[in-house]
Amino acid sequence: MSGWLKALSRTREVLRGVTRFVLGGRALDGATLEELEMALIRADVAPRLVAGWVEELRRPGSVTDPAVRLEELLRRQIPERPAYSWPDRQPTVILIPGVNGSGKTTTAAKLAWQIRQAGKVPLLAAGDTFRAAGTDQLRIWAGRAGCEIVSGKQGSDPAAVAFDAVQAAVARRCDVVLIDTAGRMHTKTHLMDELRKVQRAIAKAMPGAPHEAWIVLDAMLGHNAVVQARMFQECIGLTGAVISKLDGSSKAGFVVTIEAELKIPVLFAGLGEGLEDLEPFNSGEFIRALLAPPG
Amino acid sequence: MFDSLSNALGGIFDRLRGAGKLNESNVRDALREVRMALLEADVNFQVARDFIERVTQKCLGEEVLGSITPGQQIVKRVHDELIVLLGSNAQPPDLNGTPAVVMLVGLHGSGKTTSAGKLAAHWKSQGRNVLLVAADIRRPAAVEQLTVLARQAGVEIITPQAGESVPALGARALKAAWDATRDIVIFDTGGRFQIDADLVAELKDLQAAIKARNVLLVVDAAIGQESVHVAEVFHKEVGLTGLILTKLDGDARGGAALSIHAVTGCPIVFTGTGEHQGDLEPFHPERMASRILGMGDVISLVEKAQLAADPEAISNFEKRLKSNRFDLQDFLEQIQQMKKMGPMENLLDLLPMGGRERNQMRSHMASGGADQMKGFVKRNEAIIRSMTPGERRNPDIIKASRRQRIARGSGTTVTDVNDLLRQFDQARKMARQFGRMQKRLQWMR
Repeated sequence: MSGWLKALSRTREVLRGVTRFVLGGRALDGATLEELEMALIRADVAPRLVAGWVEELRRPGSVTDPAVRLEELLRRQIPERPAYSWPDRQPTVILIPGVNGSGKTTTAAKLAWQIRQAGKVPLLAAGDTFRAAGTDQLRIWAGRAGCEIVSGKQGSDPAAVAFDAVQAAVARRCDVVLIDTAGRMHTKTHLMDELRKVQRAIAKAMPGAPHEAWIVLDAMLGHNAVVQARMFQECIGLTGAVISKLDGSSKAGFVVTIEAELKIPVLFAGLGEGLEDLEPFNSGEFIRALLAPPG
Repeated sequence: MFDSLSNALGGIFDRLRGAGKLNESNVRDALREVRMALLEADVNFQVARDFIERVTQKCLGEEVLGSITPGQQIVKRVHDELIVLLGSNAQPPDLNGTPAVVMLVGLHGSGKTTSAGKLAAHWKSQGRNVLLVAADIRRPAAVEQLTVLARQAGVEIITPQAGESVPALGARALKAAWDATRDIVIFDTGGRFQIDADLVAELKDLQAAIKARNVLLVVDAAIGQESVHVAEVFHKEVGLTGLILTKLDGDARGGAALSIHAVTGCPIVFTGTGEHQGDLEPFHPERMASRILGMGDVISLVEKAQLAADPEAISNFEKRLKSNRFDLQDFLEQIQQMKKMGPMENLLDLLPMGGRERNQMRSHMASGGADQMKGFVKRNEAIIRSMTPGERRNPDIIKASRRQRIARGSGTTVTDVNDLLRQFDQARKMARQFGRMQKRLQWMR
């Protein structure tokens, strides 16, 4: 069983009742539809979206094969795309924003490890200068990932740290610079301004950078995940999302809205606490895992 | 209480005008909208279903009072019911005991360590003698983080020694607390991505060693449907006594508060509302109820205004307004009062408006609107400050050469000065009309 299927086994358990009827090819009656609705809502898929699908499935004649229909619906929401490949540009600068506690620092370290596995040289920038011991946390992770780190003092300007890191990456011929940032609530304008300043500082150190901005979203979040993504999107323009902590029993159903409505591609998913527990997000497998029969 | 939910319900009830009483079918129609609102606020679906069922029973047969707005009446019913539910069992942590022991538990990133620091600072400010214990031995730099927070709060901290087990650390900390006659000991424990056997065993062993009377679950206000599962497992394994809801300074509707309260019966004892140590607030059921229903937090807004405003200044201002002696000095004071209420974007969270409108407003602010407003306020302040007291009291004397001097003094242009004076003139006219109206009203009485 792949990591994906394992990680989502509880999700499948939730959907067991649904898939039983779906695969059994039984007709959809009111009770099974309600069961379906509940299962998807329990997976944190947007309730209005779910209501729309249920409405569609309820329409007579439209449901020749509900299993196919449902998968089709989900596939339409989350398009399949090839796994992200690390570009040859030197260096590629990736900014990693998110709210407090979303898992940015851990994700940055896991990405660094992935980059090394791909035979490239990563550099970590400790842009979380606010959190007490934020830099220490990244330094420990960097040590484990075998990656160099650029840091400043606690309370120093994160834009300066980012600027230094990009310059260092150019000088040392690193392939990818991962810029960890302090957690910030998307509702705090001054912190969002600070993030924009970090972005500007990076552009000053290297025209055209940052090349990517990937928000980190905790899989356990509810519908506020969409609001978070939208606000960061409007602030700095996101090019991707990483779902962290998907190894938990959470289902991250908000991904459907992130992909379909905000058009932000989900690129990676954190599936465990280990350094190597980060996998490319595979929408086909994600949907299959959601709808696969148990066992 | 105009908001999206009331409006949606209003639509349903427009069709039912004249029904006189709420009956099963129209109540159910209305509560379907309420259910959608609860689900969008991340209330657990089972909890939402039970809640709706109970409210339905209570609403049935009720008279549609002032049948113009039965939708709002239902919202009020739901709102009241939510307040009762959220506020039941409310009791502060048990801080008796020598020392009183508090254990914080929760998953990764929920805010345990930050909350531990905030609690320490909070109780210390109440004159209690607090000890912090860093019992999260797994997360990189967790001990360092709590050490910094302890220093900021000005309390002592016990950190794990090399090779020390968590229960041994607990026992050592309690002995240290006893020896140093500390009142309150706060344990920050390790988290996991999910609740696994390891974590449960570690917490149980620690609890056996320290016998904390307060076991507080720390939860991110933005957690989704999973909240119930998390709370149930922690409650079953270590016995929760309360809940701390963190990151309420975001705009998550916080349905988890209702879900967790419903499944554990534990009161919500504190809320985290920011990154700084002072950002810890008691729980307000009525605000939470409004928030879950998407109705904004008008009470907080009013409170904030009251806190910021100096009552003497306000009564003076009212007197001047009534007696028609409103001048630029008053205008300046008004600007300063506004500034004391804090940044506009924080107030925005408190206003009752739909999520879409709020997001529009917020992006307007983020894309320069807030700066524009700040710049505007700052400019007007500078202009008034460049006037002599005489000019402030009697703006009519400000002619061309004075305008030039004021513009130079405040680093603005004559046009800016003209704009301000025109605005002030309009404000003064309105104040006059207001005064006249009040007099007429008094006369009518």
